[in-house]
Amino acid sequence: MGEIIVKEKDVVVPGEVIAKGMDFLPGMGTTRQGDNILAARIGLVNIDGRAIRLIPLSGQYLPRTGDTIIANVVDVNFSGWRVETNSAYSAMLNVKDATSDFVAKGADLTQYFDVGDYLVGKIVNVTTQMLIDISLRGPGLRKLGEGRILKVASSKVPRIIGKKGSMVSMIKQATDTKIIVGQNGVIWISGEDPKGELIAVNTIKKIEEEAHIPGLTDRIKSHLEQITGRQLQLQETPEGMSHNEG
Amino acid sequence: MTYSKRSDGRKFDELREMEAKVGVIKRADGSAMFKIGKTTAYCAVYGPRNLYPKFLQNPLKGTLRVNYSMMPFSGSGNRVKPGPNRRAREISLVIEKAITPVLDLGEFPNSVIDIFIELPQTDAGTRCAGICAASMALADAGLAMTDLVAAVSVGRVDDKVVVDLCYDEEAYPDGPVADVPIAMLPNSGKISLLQMDGEISNEQLVKALKMGEVACKQIYEVQKAALKDKYKSTGDED
Repeated sequence: MGEIIVKEKDVVVPGEVIAKGMDFLPGMGTTRQGDNILAARIGLVNIDGRAIRLIPLSGQYLPRTGDTIIANVVDVNFSGWRVETNSAYSAMLNVKDATSDFVAKGADLTQYFDVGDYLVGKIVNVTTQMLIDISLRGPGLRKLGEGRILKVASSKVPRIIGKKGSMVSMIKQATDTKIIVGQNGVIWISGEDPKGELIAVNTIKKIEEEAHIPGLTDRIKSHLEQITGRQLQLQETPEGMSHNEG
Repeated sequence: MTYSKRSDGRKFDELREMEAKVGVIKRADGSAMFKIGKTTAYCAVYGPRNLYPKFLQNPLKGTLRVNYSMMPFSGSGNRVKPGPNRRAREISLVIEKAITPVLDLGEFPNSVIDIFIELPQTDAGTRCAGICAASMALADAGLAMTDLVAAVSVGRVDDKVVVDLCYDEEAYPDGPVADVPIAMLPNSGKISLLQMDGEISNEQLVKALKMGEVACKQIYEVQKAALKDKYKSTGDED
């Protein structure tokens, strides 16, 4: 009969035994060794039925297929652009994934994206050698205009987005800004009023610092209400829509 | 003549007082401090990140680079010449070999993980303190690992088998000394570093290794507590 050695939400260190016996299944961040399930990194234990997984607490962003990220154009090639992903690997954006225009052979690609431009794109493919393809085909994927770029730890991104985008939409509502959060920890903020942008930046930094202290949403809500003097409501993003849209 | 009492009054199988802290260097991806007696090691981990020049890249797995360095003022009065030297390069290499077995580098082809170990204060056992700090810093950096690594030096001073030699014992003038640094994966009991300097008999070595295993378990508890302490107030919202 299997048993779980640690409790839900306990912090475990690499090599620590989480569960004994074959009744449980090793999920993300865990491995099976013999009959035991061991932690493969530092993280919080999350038990979901029979599956055990770890919520990462630290670590660099590792690109995964399907992630929406904010990337920075670092080079222009014949067939597309090389973009920096805030990880150890850069990604490739091909012309055909970037625009629906007809682009003649040998055309100057800098009319679409130039070095230094930021864009929000979706990772469509990651090979074992970590060659990454990124695409702009999809709702909300585009080149980013004027705004501020902010980098946070990628493990804190779920806290900044909040449950169904409630946290980020609350900040948007309070500061009259547009905010796009990339899975890679890069955030783009743009607003009419620089003051609003600044409040948004400071709030996001506050979330990053206090992400581990319970009662985060309420604390941030009263913090924003105090600064802006507005009454805020928690809004969830409707099904099928990304929190980065709208 | 026999070695009846240790120079600092410890029992023969007793470790020096330990202190460990994680997250001491904010700019690094992972960092840790490990202190055992008067030996203090600071470690910063950066990466996985881009590896240049490009010919150093390995398309099959990530590269691990270790940089061990004693600070100029770290010894017992004589200035330690800073920068890489033969000793530092060798120790960097053995630390790299001691840590590699627990790291899963297959996840990061073509990239590099850099480990920097600095010792502001030394009193023997620096490579062991460096390994202890490095394994905590790697875990703090959120890297995939199969275990932590705990390390300690064991050996003999004259007729006694001892654990965690300090400098006075390593330089014991009245009899033979052996210094055997070991690194161990505490959960599996596997040894990833075993070196020796001096003379030791077969039985004494076996006894020393057994004592070292117990000591490594004690060190592991300190490492584990330090890692958990950094994240202890962590509660997830949803």
